[in-house]
Amino acid sequence: MALLQIDNLTVEFETATGWFKAVDGVSMSVEKGEVLAIVGESGSGKSVAMLAVMGLLPWTAKITADQMLFEGRDIQKISPAERRKLIGKDIAMIFQEPIASLNPCFTVGFQIEEVLRIHLGLDKKERRARAIELFKQVGLPNPEERLNHFPHQMSGGQCQRVMIAIAIACNPKLLIADEPTTALDVTIQKQILDLIMSLQAKNGMGLIMITHDMGVVAETADRVVVQYKGRKMEEADVLSLFESPKSNYTKALLAALPENATGDRLTTVSAFFDGNPEPTPGVSA
Amino acid sequence: MTENTMLEVRDIKRDYELPGGLFKPKKIIHAVKGVSFKLERGKTLAIVGESGCGKSTLARMITFIDEPTSGDLLIDGKKVDTRPGHLTQEMRQKVQIVFQNPYGSLNPRQKIGDVLGEPLAINTGMSAEERRHRANEMLKKVGLGPEHYNRYPHMFSGGQRQRIAIARALMMNPKLLVLDEPVSALDLSVQAQVLNLLADLQDEFGLTYVFISHDLSVVRYIADEVMVMYFGEAVEYGTRDEVFSDPKHEYTRTLFAATPRADIESIRARIARKNAAKAVA
Repeated sequence: MALLQIDNLTVEFETATGWFKAVDGVSMSVEKGEVLAIVGESGSGKSVAMLAVMGLLPWTAKITADQMLFEGRDIQKISPAERRKLIGKDIAMIFQEPIASLNPCFTVGFQIEEVLRIHLGLDKKERRARAIELFKQVGLPNPEERLNHFPHQMSGGQCQRVMIAIAIACNPKLLIADEPTTALDVTIQKQILDLIMSLQAKNGMGLIMITHDMGVVAETADRVVVQYKGRKMEEADVLSLFESPKSNYTKALLAALPENATGDRLTTVSAFFDGNPEPTPGVSA
Repeated sequence: MTENTMLEVRDIKRDYELPGGLFKPKKIIHAVKGVSFKLERGKTLAIVGESGCGKSTLARMITFIDEPTSGDLLIDGKKVDTRPGHLTQEMRQKVQIVFQNPYGSLNPRQKIGDVLGEPLAINTGMSAEERRHRANEMLKKVGLGPEHYNRYPHMFSGGQRQRIAIARALMMNPKLLVLDEPVSALDLSVQAQVLNLLADLQDEFGLTYVFISHDLSVVRYIADEVMVMYFGEAVEYGTRDEVFSDPKHEYTRTLFAATPRADIESIRARIARKNAAKAVA
């Protein structure tokens, strides 16, 4: 049984000109211990699909799916109270902007202990010990002192480490990382990716890595879903995606990478791809 | 100094002073600690480094937005007097800048035609009709059309806005264009289009580029020369092939090692490592 299985998910938003489909009939699944990368450009609906799983979309969004199974339970049908117990404990998420996603009014120690108090019901002493252990695990120096710091006293990379510590605090079964390194420098990006991957391997979590960076996909994923304008264009394991991409859109994306440049001009996406969000015939999507 | 040098920077420095309080002494931040380089006409110099290394401060000094604390700036063989009020109009017209974020660098209440016409209105005595004509020509050069003349910035996508920002920079026929992370806010497919446009414009107008970036794959594609900055110092400076094939400084090597690789061999190697680790466990 897959850890997370989504069938035919559609997310719509109402606009002045009618309903806009941000995600259009996407299906995907993640196994336990597997790393799935979702790639796409801005507006391809890759984040929105995962926010729908987390239940973090505003009430104005219309979410429909044949089923959204987490460990065999349909998360559309459970009560909000049960869902709150699931989210943050068994399914956790890391966001793109580490500094913006922490609360500036509370110390990071308070914010990580809050998760431990609500989901695990630990007492004050246990919470503190666990928080220190988590900070050590994500490689923050002086964890005891760090707990009393506010987000603005730390750098972006350190804030992202705090976010990761909060996300893995309850040993989640599924971790969703939404562009976890986009706001960071390459050297810090490398450290954060290494950290996420080592935690994933150690805890055997399922990991969904949302990104637009083909380099990050190549370095982390087992399987890849390529999205464009809310549609799934292609799904393949990472090696065959880079070696023999089936859909025209994937071919175009790979050709547009500067490292694949031949001659003195880059291949643009339009050379392969006509902008039609229908999957290429013959691609198993 | 040869005829062909467009830009020369000699031991340029910039300090920022943090004012002290009642009990706090003044603090001086050395943002750029003495950088020198020479750039030939029609070539591209890429400046690479992480946030806070002083690369944008350097860009601001080259475009006269910031005054250097010490050091010389020579453009087209002439030493520039960078003191406020001493800059000639001719100098200002020779150097233009394109900023990183095309969403923040265009005035939301200004029509595109006015964005492009403004530099002409300020610097030349051109008639409105002539300005309009020049703006329309420039729109065509950057791959937009006359139908875009009367639109506002919010009606454009990120890539189109960056084209507009490039067009605005080119209105005064500059010789030197400073590009401060021009493609880092753009999607991969759009990034390729904008990089191609920059290459086309360089061929057409013989422009010299100072290209600031943190993306090594983009730098490798576009640059003739590369400078790596680290904490305000240029730790590595050479031609592209020298820097990429034989990095001298420890930091440059760290930077290369940290860049994600998207070629098939490295994916194979990673999967093999992973399977090996699984087999052990």
